[in-house]
Amino acid sequence: MNIPANLKYTSSHEWVRTEADGTLSVGITDHAQTALGDLVYVELPAIGRKLAAAEACAVVESVKAASDIYAPVAGEVVAVNAGVTDAPEQVNKDPYASWFFRIKPADPAAVAKLLDAKAYEATIGDA
Amino acid sequence: MLKQTPLNAIHRAAGARMVDFGGWDMPVNYGSQIDEHHAVRNDAGMFDVSHMRGVDLRGDARSGGVRGFLSYALANNVDKLKNPGKALYSCLLKPDGTVIDDLIVYFLREDYFRLVVNAGTADKDIAWFRQLLAERAPHLTLTPRTDLAMIAIQGPNARTKVWRALPGSESVASGLKPFTAATMASAWGELFLARTGYTGEDGLEIMIPAPHVGELWQALVAAGVRPAGLGARDTLRLEAGMNLYGQDMDETVSPLESGLGWTVDLASPRDFVGKAALLARPPTRQLAGLVLVDRGGVLRAHQPVHTGKGDGEITSGTFSPTLNQSIALARLPADVAVGDTVRVVVRDRELAARVVKPPFARNGKACVSLMP
Repeated sequence: MNIPANLKYTSSHEWVRTEADGTLSVGITDHAQTALGDLVYVELPAIGRKLAAAEACAVVESVKAASDIYAPVAGEVVAVNAGVTDAPEQVNKDPYASWFFRIKPADPAAVAKLLDAKAYEATIGDA
Repeated sequence: MLKQTPLNAIHRAAGARMVDFGGWDMPVNYGSQIDEHHAVRNDAGMFDVSHMRGVDLRGDARSGGVRGFLSYALANNVDKLKNPGKALYSCLLKPDGTVIDDLIVYFLREDYFRLVVNAGTADKDIAWFRQLLAERAPHLTLTPRTDLAMIAIQGPNARTKVWRALPGSESVASGLKPFTAATMASAWGELFLARTGYTGEDGLEIMIPAPHVGELWQALVAAGVRPAGLGARDTLRLEAGMNLYGQDMDETVSPLESGLGWTVDLASPRDFVGKAALLARPPTRQLAGLVLVDRGGVLRAHQPVHTGKGDGEITSGTFSPTLNQSIALARLPADVAVGDTVRVVVRDRELAARVVKPPFARNGKACVSLMP
C-alpha cells in the first residue's frame, strides 16, 4: 500500500499536503481508492464554503458504493480540482496527484495534529 | 468461517479483492471491475460460480416422473423442453405466489433433469423440493451436486477460447444452440457444458468435478480468458436486464411484479405451485428500467422513486460501464410507462431518470438511447 511519508492523514482516509502558500490540498488515500473500486462520480464543495473539522464536504461514488469525504481540519475552501470531477478514474490511477479541494485552515497549527504516515498505516492494519 | 470454492487460493494468488458474498469468500474484482466488465462485453472473461448449486433429479415415470414433478414445482413449463440438453429459466414459487428462487432447469433424459440454483438459497430450495417430493413423488431422488464446481466463460470470444483451452470441447459444444447443454468425457471426469450465462453475452457455463476446476481455470487463463469478479458480474447482468434474486425479487413479491411474467405460464391448464395465488391477485406494480438523466450521483438499491402515478423504489442500481451512465431496475406503479420521467432521491437531492425497457446493453452494444 502506497502511503507517502511527506503527507498527513486522517483516520477517514484523506491525505493532506501543505502547499507553499499555507493552504492544504486534500485527497483520498491509495487504501481508500482500492477499497472503493473504480470511481465514477465525484462531487466537490463550493469555493468559499466554511468547513468545520470532520465535516462531510465532498462525495465519491464508485461502481460499488458512495462515500463521504471529510474536512481534515476547519477552514475555508479556496480551490477545487475539476480534473477529478471530469475524470474520476484519475483518482484510482494516481490518488496522491488527484487533489479534491484546497482549504485555508482556520488554525495553521491544526495540520500538525493529523496522523503521520506511520500512524495512518497502523490504522489500516496490514492492508 | 466463510465457505470457499475450490478456486479460492487461485483467486488470492491472482490478487483478487475478496468479499463475503452470502457466506462465501468470493472475488469482487482482480483490480479493475470496469476493465473486467469491458473484457466480457468485448472479448472473453470468466467467473467462478462454484458457489451456485447443481441439483440432480432422477427417477422413473411413476407419478408423472421427473417431468411431471417439475411441471408442478416450477412456474415455467418444463413441457417446453422437448430435446435432451435444452434449458429453461424458471421461478420457484411459494403457494402464495412469491419467489423462493430463480433457477435454470436442464432436460437431460426423461428420468434425469438438472437444476442450477442460487448459492444463498440452495439449502431452502432443497428443503422445499424434498417436502414437495415427499408429497407428490417420493420415489424420485434429489442429489445436490456439491462435488461439482462451475466456471462461466462469457463474451464474444468466449467459446473460441474454450475450444483452445479444452481439447475435444469444440466437437461436443460448437453446435449447441443458446440455452442448451451437452456432456463430454475428459481426463478430469464428465464435464457439463451449457451455452448459458448471466451477462447478456454469448458463452458457456462449464460444470466440472471440483478437484479439477483449478486446472480448467488455468487452461482458460492461458487461452486468454480474463478472470472477472462478482462486481463485473453484477454490472453485466444489470445492463443485460437480468434480475438478481434477493434484490430484484424475493419472498415478498410475485414474479408478475418482477419483470418475469414471460417466465410464468398462466395460459396452459397445467397447475403449479403459486398459480392460484397469481391468478387471484393481478399485479399493481412492475419492474422497470431507469436511466439517470441528471448528473449528480449513481442510482442504488433502496433509493425512493417518485412518479406521477405514485412512489416506488430502486431494487438494483449501478454505473453502467457500457452506457457510461447510471442505470437501475426499479419497482414502480404498474401504469408508469416507458419514456416517462421520474425523480429519484439520491442523497439529499432529487434527480431525473427516464423509464426504459431493459435490457440496457447486450452483445457488446447499448440497447437503450441516452437521449429522450
